[in-house]
Amino acid sequence: MKKFLPWIIIGILVIGLYSWGKGFNNTAVDLNENVKEAWGNVQTSYQRRNDLIGNLVNTVKGAADFEKSTLTAVIEARAKATSINIDPSNVTPEQLAQYNQVQGGLSGALKSLLVTVERYPELKANQNFLKLQDELTSTENTIQTARTRYNEQIKPYNKHVNRFPNSLLAGMLNFDEKPYFDAEAGAEKPVDVKFDFK
Amino acid sequence: MQYSVFSMRLSPKTKGLITTLVMALFAFVSSHAQYNIPDIPKEQTSVYDYINLLTSSQNKSLEQKLIKYSDTTSTQIVIAIIPTTKGENIGLLAPRWGHKWGIGQAKEDNGVFILLAKDDRKIWISPGYGVEHKLTAGITGEIVRNVIIPEFKQNDYYGGLNKGADAIFEVLNGEYKGSSKSSKNGFSVGPIFIFIFIFIIILISISKNRRGGGRGGNRGNRSSGIDILEAIVLSNMGRGSYNRGSSSGWGGSSSGGGSFGGGGFGGGFGGGGFSGGGAGGSW
Repeated sequence: MKKFLPWIIIGILVIGLYSWGKGFNNTAVDLNENVKEAWGNVQTSYQRRNDLIGNLVNTVKGAADFEKSTLTAVIEARAKATSINIDPSNVTPEQLAQYNQVQGGLSGALKSLLVTVERYPELKANQNFLKLQDELTSTENTIQTARTRYNEQIKPYNKHVNRFPNSLLAGMLNFDEKPYFDAEAGAEKPVDVKFDFK
Repeated sequence: MQYSVFSMRLSPKTKGLITTLVMALFAFVSSHAQYNIPDIPKEQTSVYDYINLLTSSQNKSLEQKLIKYSDTTSTQIVIAIIPTTKGENIGLLAPRWGHKWGIGQAKEDNGVFILLAKDDRKIWISPGYGVEHKLTAGITGEIVRNVIIPEFKQNDYYGGLNKGADAIFEVLNGEYKGSSKSSKNGFSVGPIFIFIFIFIIILISISKNRRGGGRGGNRGNRSSGIDILEAIVLSNMGRGSYNRGSSSGWGGSSSGGGSFGGGGFGGGFGGGGFSGGGAGGSW
């Protein structure tokens, strides 16, 4: 009997380790899937905005003597934003920051375009333009919602991966910590607020 | 910020400036405050008037109308009336609210949440994932601008919501024409629908005849004729006044749990999801 005792202990240990590893791995995979799905929604909503901007630019172009520079800024920012794609399975903080920055740049350009539009009454009376504006607002809100939900999905994943005994396994199984979305560059300062001190 | 706030001598001008800055800061803080969405109510119905903006009879009729619509189509439309969003962006609050309550069925995500903030003078309509392709922001915005807001401007909140609900029904049933009219055009669609329906019944009876080909042809024909009649009569009896000829209405009608006159949705909120889209306006 004594001869077998070490083997029994080893056996129990192996089974214990296996079930721990299995449990960890499967939970991580599930959480990771949630993150991927949330990321998919983020990208879809940004993509939708890009499509809408195409329409917006065409509609606005039609208005007589519309500012060229504002339009070009939007078009350039859009080109930049579409050039960056992120693989959700291994997002690095740098990639995400870069993504955030270009999309933020586009948001900024878009905002100033929409502010400029206020000066064109014929545009503001145009039903198509009003619809486009609604679609854009809606998409901006969808983007915000998608980003918030992405961050919400990141949290349980990071917790799972970073807590002590799990963190040992996470390194071996390549479950890296994932970065959060920071506030979009330019989103923290509202554009339409003007201080007039006189 | 390039303003010289830190000058030691406080002239009246700088004092004014500081006050403005402090106030701006407050405005900023409050604009990021989060409205506390109430917990999912125990009795889940279609109208939540937290400030008694509608009279109780208006409330009842709107509620019954939306419940009836949900009974026939399973699409849940919920209206909440609050005094203010407490500075939160109504366009973000509305979908968050709808999502939290899980309005619409989980599979179809066919919820619509309408949030009216009376003192903010704002309204927002958020469609669930499953109805977004019909209730696009452009169309929703048009309904708000052309149907709802004009009534609200005359202080007729019930009229605006009622007509808005009709317009949403039309959009969801595929009847919305994109004009500012929300007239009842059940007549123009009715005949087409009945025609299609008869056509389907004929198809079915023909296929039945073929299967039962062993019997005498004469008798088979006669009984199928009765089938058609019976089907039409029965179908007309079963038609509610709100499923005006929409195919989706018919598909979902079997799930209507017969909660006529009862308070609230048959099975409660189904757990539908919201993407965050939607449109609204202020008056």
